[in-house]
Amino acid sequence: MPELDIIDLSMRFDLPNGTSVQALQDVTLSLKEGELVSVLGPSGCGKTTLLNIVAGFLAPTAGRVELNGHVVEGPDAERGMVFQKGALFEWMNVRENVEFGPRMKGMPKEERDKISDHLLEVVGLQDFKEKAVYELSGGMQQRVALARCLANEPDVILMDEPLGALDALTREKMQGLVLKLWKETGKTIILITHSVEEALLLGERLIVMAPRPGRIHKEYNLPFAERGVNADLRDVKKSEGFAETRDEILSMIWEMEEEIMGRTEQAT
Amino acid sequence: MIVLLFYIGLFGGAFLIVHLLRKGLQSRQDFTSLKTVTFGDESAVRADRAASIISVLVIFLIWAAFTGSKLIPLHVPGPFVGETQFTYTVENADGTTDDATVFIRVPPFGEDAEDFEVDPGTGFAKDDAFAAPTGRSSTILFDKNDDAKRKDGAKIIAINGNPIGPDEKVNVGDGSVSLTGKGAISFTPAQGLQMNPIWLPAPETVVARFFEIANEGYQNFSLWQHLGWSLLRVIAGFIAGAIVGIPLGYAMGLSGWFRGWFDPIVEFMRPVPPLALIPLVIIWFGIWETGKIVLLFLAALWIMTIAARAGVSGVNISKIHAAYSLGASKWQIMRHVIVPNSLPEIFTGARVAMGVCWGTVVAAELVAAQKGAGMMIIAASKFQLTDIVIMGIVLIGIIGYGIDILMRKAENVLVPWKGRS
Repeated sequence: MPELDIIDLSMRFDLPNGTSVQALQDVTLSLKEGELVSVLGPSGCGKTTLLNIVAGFLAPTAGRVELNGHVVEGPDAERGMVFQKGALFEWMNVRENVEFGPRMKGMPKEERDKISDHLLEVVGLQDFKEKAVYELSGGMQQRVALARCLANEPDVILMDEPLGALDALTREKMQGLVLKLWKETGKTIILITHSVEEALLLGERLIVMAPRPGRIHKEYNLPFAERGVNADLRDVKKSEGFAETRDEILSMIWEMEEEIMGRTEQAT
Repeated sequence: MIVLLFYIGLFGGAFLIVHLLRKGLQSRQDFTSLKTVTFGDESAVRADRAASIISVLVIFLIWAAFTGSKLIPLHVPGPFVGETQFTYTVENADGTTDDATVFIRVPPFGEDAEDFEVDPGTGFAKDDAFAAPTGRSSTILFDKNDDAKRKDGAKIIAINGNPIGPDEKVNVGDGSVSLTGKGAISFTPAQGLQMNPIWLPAPETVVARFFEIANEGYQNFSLWQHLGWSLLRVIAGFIAGAIVGIPLGYAMGLSGWFRGWFDPIVEFMRPVPPLALIPLVIIWFGIWETGKIVLLFLAALWIMTIAARAGVSGVNISKIHAAYSLGASKWQIMRHVIVPNSLPEIFTGARVAMGVCWGTVVAAELVAAQKGAGMMIIAASKFQLTDIVIMGIVLIGIIGYGIDILMRKAENVLVPWKGRS
């Protein structure tokens, strides 16, 4: 039973001028298998730091991350990453990108092809298998990134603003795809975003983080992701409770931002 | 100066003509031609192919026109060749004067002037016959056959009726006449605007020389051996530089200790021009092949090191993180991410390095070599064989350009993703 536990995580950076920044303070979060958690917060609240620690790229100064009962100590194939952009390998075509993980494991070519054929069909790129990735549009590139991550069969998928660089229309389509993939594969997903709407649409649970020090401010359990699996996302946005929750979170984040601004104004 | 004015004139003239011709046939309507703002929009400026072709033609035209080439009918005035004459007036010590004529023959360039005779005429000043060399001044001792000698007080007072004194000059149409300090006549045939072949031979001479040397070789080696040896040295030096430089650059990009250790060395050696190392390399490795290849190795080494280091540093951290998250080991990341990601930078470095090596090898051969393109032109220059020098320069240029084109083609084939991430 894969379960992700983030336990009392703290992160402190020392700056060259002698002061230090508390990027995270005592963050505790537990994810059950197949949960989709979106993390939202104003810039500088430590959400990317949190994701990098879970991915194993950063070591926390206190606390730990546990997956399936063992402590995370570095990057591993059990935790897949989807980045905002620029993480595809330009020297490989679409299929080779998707097959990268299985190939590194030494899986034979026929099996790899079966996986990539299936996944490229799922993300709707069956006609672009042999294309170079730099010939694809931004939305298609992110589809490749999703397929590449899934091909490796990770227990947890960590998404760092995966749709942040896309235009509004493509983004809407991709949100539907993320929900579909989540439901079909049953993966545990942490999704970082700074779009409130996206966090509401895609998160079964929504974590709002507050800055300085980065900490969990409020947690919501939301019905919209479940609704979005079977319905048009535009209808979900009109559905009961969506607008109210969105406004509540927006004003919460506004307040945080204003507090930061006020603090910096006092400081100067 | 005149050449420059000609060049500017042809530049402007060709521009006007091409533009007038084009006005009639404005057919293409692609995106760029529909732009109304083109001044300042760099992307709207495309190299005009007609200008490139005319530019090359103009260079040959000027070259041919100023060297009196037989390839084109139009020439700038050449040096005077043929027969001319002028009259001088001598005043004797006792004040009497007499006129005499100097008949002059100027042979075409490269031929020897043949002596000839004329009837001396009457009076105490006798007519002279003089064979003058082309394009150079020469002294005419007019009183050799005259009855009035300079040592007796005779002196020239006029040329063609124009008064003249010592160190003064009179134009006589096909040349100029001046008096030397001792009172002798100095005659200079008109120079014209054409180049003396010793300075610049006509294009056909250079082409003829090319075929001659291509068939017979030069200084014990065939033309292809000369050029081949230069190329071979470049390739040997470049490969040696790449074999050491690329791993060194990778190490500097991947390890702080390597970077710290080699940074001062690389940064110090990089701005030192390879030519400045020639004396030291000769002292250490001698003037023969080892010395040259070591020099080219040093020329390529720093460029390749810096290119490989930049290639490693330029890898997007997301790619590395993604590869780790996909389960790749360090070695797999090196092989499948870092190396391919650095190839575009390495190719750029290789192009620069090949260019620098080619320039350096020619310079090194100028200093000391038995064979090679640079040796060929420096040896020819010692015998004033300007046509071989120019032929060599043209060949060196063509080969250098060819190397760059080949490298670019290889780049397009091998790293098509360059600049497209």
